[in-house]
Amino acid sequence: MSGTRVFGEPIARREDPRLLSGHGRYVDDIGQGALEVAFVRSPHAHARIAGIDVTDALDVEGLAAIYTHEDLTGRMAEPLPLLIPHAALTHGRTQFALAKDEVNHVGEPIVMVVARDRYVAEDACDRIRVEYEFLPPVVGIEAARAAEHLVHDDVPGNVAAHMVQEVGDAPAAIAAAPNVVTLELEIERSASMPLEGKGVHARWDADDRSLRVYTSTQASTSVRAAIAAKLELAVDRVDVVAPDVGGGFGVKIVHPWPEELLIPWTAIRLGHEVKWTEDRREHFVSSAHERGQVQRIRAGFDDDGRLLGFEIVLWHDNGAYTPYGIIVPIVTTTQLLGPYKPGAYRAEFYSLYTNTLIVTPYRGAGRPQGCFAMERTMDAIAERLGLDRTVVRERNFIQPDEMPYDHGLIFQDGRPLIYDSGDYPAALEKLKKLVGWDEFEEYRAAARAEGRRVGIGMACYVEGTGVGPYEGGFVRVEPDGTVVVATGLTTQGQGHQTVFAQVVAEELGVPIDRVVVTTGDTRRFKYAVGTFASRAAVMSGNAVALAARKVREKALRVAGEALEADPRDLEIVDGMVQVKGTPGADIPLSTVAVLSNPLRYAFDEEAKRATQFSAPADPDKPPVADDDEPGLEGTDYYSPPRSTFANGMHAAIVETDPETAEITILRYCVVHDCGTLINPRIVEGQIHGGVAQGVGGALYERMVYDEAGQLQNASFMDFLMPYATEVPVIETDHLETPSPLNPLGLKGAGEAGVIPGSAVLASAIEDAEGFRISRMPISPSELHHLRESQPPPGSGLRDTGRTGSVPATGGQEATNEEVTGT
Amino acid sequence: MKPPGFIYHRPETVEDALGVLADVGPDAKVLAGGQSLVPMMNMRLAAPSHLVDVNRLADLAYVRVGTAADGGREVAVGALARHADVERDEAARAELPLLAQALRYVAHPTIRNRGTTVGSLVHADPSGEMTAVLALLGGSVELRTATASRTVPAGEFFVGPLESCARAGELATRAVFPVPAGRTGSSWHEVARRNGDYAVCGVGALVTLDDVGRVAGARVAYISVGPVPEVLSVADVVEQAPVDAADWVAAGRYAADRLEPESDIHATGEYRRHLAGVLTARALREASARAARLEETILEGSR
Repeated sequence: MSGTRVFGEPIARREDPRLLSGHGRYVDDIGQGALEVAFVRSPHAHARIAGIDVTDALDVEGLAAIYTHEDLTGRMAEPLPLLIPHAALTHGRTQFALAKDEVNHVGEPIVMVVARDRYVAEDACDRIRVEYEFLPPVVGIEAARAAEHLVHDDVPGNVAAHMVQEVGDAPAAIAAAPNVVTLELEIERSASMPLEGKGVHARWDADDRSLRVYTSTQASTSVRAAIAAKLELAVDRVDVVAPDVGGGFGVKIVHPWPEELLIPWTAIRLGHEVKWTEDRREHFVSSAHERGQVQRIRAGFDDDGRLLGFEIVLWHDNGAYTPYGIIVPIVTTTQLLGPYKPGAYRAEFYSLYTNTLIVTPYRGAGRPQGCFAMERTMDAIAERLGLDRTVVRERNFIQPDEMPYDHGLIFQDGRPLIYDSGDYPAALEKLKKLVGWDEFEEYRAAARAEGRRVGIGMACYVEGTGVGPYEGGFVRVEPDGTVVVATGLTTQGQGHQTVFAQVVAEELGVPIDRVVVTTGDTRRFKYAVGTFASRAAVMSGNAVALAARKVREKALRVAGEALEADPRDLEIVDGMVQVKGTPGADIPLSTVAVLSNPLRYAFDEEAKRATQFSAPADPDKPPVADDDEPGLEGTDYYSPPRSTFANGMHAAIVETDPETAEITILRYCVVHDCGTLINPRIVEGQIHGGVAQGVGGALYERMVYDEAGQLQNASFMDFLMPYATEVPVIETDHLETPSPLNPLGLKGAGEAGVIPGSAVLASAIEDAEGFRISRMPISPSELHHLRESQPPPGSGLRDTGRTGSVPATGGQEATNEEVTGT
Repeated sequence: MKPPGFIYHRPETVEDALGVLADVGPDAKVLAGGQSLVPMMNMRLAAPSHLVDVNRLADLAYVRVGTAADGGREVAVGALARHADVERDEAARAELPLLAQALRYVAHPTIRNRGTTVGSLVHADPSGEMTAVLALLGGSVELRTATASRTVPAGEFFVGPLESCARAGELATRAVFPVPAGRTGSSWHEVARRNGDYAVCGVGALVTLDDVGRVAGARVAYISVGPVPEVLSVADVVEQAPVDAADWVAAGRYAADRLEPESDIHATGEYRRHLAGVLTARALREASARAARLEETILEGSR
C-alpha cells in the first residue's frame, strides 16, 4: 500500500524523549500565579459534624477564602453524581463535594481553603477546628456483613447492591457431579497509585465568560459535561484539557472528583486562577482503592476434570460510596469464566458499604479477583484428580471452532457476553514451551538436591476490551504537509502519540514524523468517552483509521483532478500522490491540501496556487461543490457492536526460602493475544507494567486499615509498591488472532498484564510449599505462619478438612481458610 | 505535605553552627542529609522553629582511619560524611569491612548519596543499620556545644525509638567505630520486604577466633526487633568450639529467645523472632568463615 510501512512495527515511543528529559507538562506545571487549595479532611472514619470553627484561620496572612458545605449553592450543594446506575444497585450513595453533616471515611473533604500558596493553605487548615460526634465505624467485609452498625442509616445490612446472574441450574449440576471442590478465597485492597496524583487548575475568563480547566483525568469530555452541569454553565463555555498525565490506572476515570468541581467553582467566585495538587497522603485516603473481595466457590466436575457446574458467592467491599456503580463486581462475576466452559453457572454478589475509601476500577477492574477464583479452582480440581494443571485447563477450554462463543450472560457494557475470537489451545502450547512446563520436574529435583524449594504455576484469563459506546477521530492534512490527528480520549502514558500516528501514517501513506496527535483536549475534539477498559487502541485506533480513510479518499479525488487521472489509479507513498506505475506523474499531499481549500487571499507562495485566478475552473460550478467542504480533513467515529475479547496465559517459577519464607520469582512468562499488533514494543511495555502491578498485588501491596478505619500505611514507605528490583525479567510471546469486530482487527492490551498476577503466583507458591494458598497478597511473615500451621507430614490428607488459621499482620483479622471435598 | 514556616540558618563553620544552636534554643533541628527530617517536616510530624543547615561545614566531611587513644585502630566519621563516602572509603573498607557490609543495606544509593552516617545515628531509628553497627563495635558519638564537648558510648547514646541522648544545643560532630582486635570476622544479614526497605530484621555479627581456630568471642547486634539496637553475646553457646564445629544454629536460637520483637503491618513479632534466629546463624557462620580466612591470609603473607 505504501513505502512507509509503520503499522505493526516495534518503533520507539515518540513521546519518550520529551517526557524523559523533563519536558512533560503536568497539571502542577500549569498556573504558576494561581492561588492554591488545601483541604481539611476527616481524620475519623465515621462521625457527625457538630460544628466547624474557622476563626483562628482567618488572620493567616495570604488566606484568600474558606468554604464549607454551607457556602455551596444550587447543584453544587447536592450529592455528586452516581455515574453508572444499575438496576441491582438499589442503594447507591454518593458524597457531597464538601461533607454535609456526616463523614464516612478518613480523608473525606470537609473544608476548602484557598490561599497564596499551598504552604499558607495548609497553615490555615491546621487552625480550623471541626467538632465531631463519633459514630461506630464499619471496617472490613466481615463487619459490613455482620451489619451490627450501618455506614448509611438508610441502607439496611450495608448492602448497596445484590445481584445474581445464572445460566442453567448450577446448584443442581454441582449436586449431581461426581466431584466437588469448595474454596474460600480472599483478595485484599490495593490501589492504582499513579506517580502523579490528581490535580486541577481552573481559569475563568470574566470577559467572554468562559472556563478552562486542566485536570489529570482519564475522561476530559465527561468532566467538561459534569462541570457545566454542576456549575450551571453552558457546555459551550467550558473546556477541559488533560495535559501530560503521570499515570491513571483507573482512579482518574472516576469523575467529577469533588476537586474537579470545587476548583473551577472557586476560580469563578474569586475571579482568579486557582489550582490544587493532590499530595501522596491525600491520594491514599481520598482517591480510590480496589480489589478487596471475599469469595466462596463450589465447583462440580467429572472424573476428567471437566466443569459441570460452577457457583460463586462474593462479598465486595465498595467503601463508603458508590459513585462508579457496581462495575467491579460485575466484571469479576462475568470475567472469571476465562477461557473455559463452566457448565451451569451461578454468580451472586453483595456489594457492601464500609467506612473506608471508595472502591472503583483499578487496572484489571475486578478481573484479577475473578481470575484468582477460577484459576484457584482449576488447580484444586487438578490436585483432587491427580492431573497435570495444564491438562485440566485444556479440557475445559472453549475451542477455536466454537468462536464466537456466547456465555449467555450480560457483560459490564450491558451487552451479551460473546467471545469474538481466540485460540486458547495454541496459547497454552506456546506457554508450556516458553516456560518449559514439561521439563520442570527435573529442575525441581535438581533444586531440591541443593536444599532449595521451587514451584511452578500458571493462570489463564480472557479480558473483554474495547467497550463502547464509541470514540471519534479527526485527521487533517495542513498545507505544509503536517497531518494533524485528534481524538477525544485521554493519554496517561500509553504511547498514543506513537500508535495513533502509526495508524494514520499507514492509512494515509505519509512519513510518521509528519503526524501530530492530540488527545484529551475538548478544544480539539468534543465527543469522547474516555480511556479505560483497555479500549483506547481499539476505539480511537479504529476511529482515526476511519477518519484517515475519508481524508485519503478526498485526497485521491482532488489529486485526480489535478493530475487528470482516475483516483483509482492513484496511490500515496511517502506523502506523494502518484499515478501507479507512472514515474513523475505525482503531486505532494501538501499541495493537495492547498488545492482542497479555494482561497481569495494569497498570504504565501503555497496559498497562491489555490486562489481564484491561479487555475482554470469550470465557471458554472461553485468553487466548493454542494456535497463537498473546503480543506483536506475528515472526522469519523467507531462504535462497536460489543466488546472484543483478548486473552493470555502467564506462568511463573518461584523459589521460597525454606527458613526465612522469602519468596523470589525466578522466571515469569507471558503469552498474550490482543489481536493485530499496532506496535509490539508498546504492547510489551503494557504487559511489563501490568505484570509489575500484578506482582505488587500478589506479594507486596495491601491497604491496611485498623478497626477504627485508619489507614495504617498511607505512604510509599509502608505501602509496598514493587521496585524494579522486585519485578522479574518478563519473557513474552505473542499470538495474533485478529478481532472480526473492528476494521483493524485490534483487541485491547492495557490491563492484561495485571490480571493473572495473584493467581499465577499463588499457584507457584502452592506448588513449592505443598499446601493451599487461598489469600493474597502473601508476605514472608504470612507464609511462615502458614507453614507453622500445617499438620506434620503424614498426619492426614492435606486437602481435606484442614483449617489453617493465619495470624493477621494488618488491622483486619485473618479469616480461616479451608478446602474441603463434599 | 508542606512544612509550616521555620527560620533557616546556614552557618559556614563549626563554631558558627554551635553559636547558632546556642542562640536559638531548644526548638531547633540540625539539617545534614535531610533524608528523614525533611519528610517528617513535610508531613508536619516535626515542626522546628529553626533549621540549622550544616552542609557548609566542610571540616566535618571526612572518613579517617587511625589509631585510637588505647592503641587500637578506629574509623572516625565526620558529621558531614555521607553514607556513600563511608561505604566507598577504601581504607575504611580494609580495616573495618562491617561498615560497608551494613551500609549496602541502608536504603537506596540515591539516599546514601545524601544521607549522613552521623545523622542517621542521631536520628536513632531502631531500624537504622548504623545504630547496630556502632553498638556492636562499642563505638561512640562526639557531641559538642559552644562551650563543651562530650563523648557518649553507643550503649548510652540510644535512649529509645527515634531518641538519642543528644541535647538541645548539641551538635553531633563525629562517630568513632573501633576496629575489633584479633582474628575477627564480620557479617551483616538482613531481610527487608523490598530491596532497600527498612529491615524486617537485620543482624550484624562479629566472630573472633583464637590462634588455634577456636571461637574466642561471638557477638551479634539487631535492628528492627526492639526499641534500640540490641547487642547480645552468644559466647555461652559456641565459645571454645572449633570454628568448623560451632553450632551456629543453636547460637541463633539462643539469641532469638532473648529478643522480644513486636508485630507491625509488615510482619508478626513471632516471625521476626524466627527470622532473627535464622539470620543470626547465617551471619555468625559467615563471620566465622571470614575470621578463619583472615588467618590464612596472614599466614600466607608471612611465608
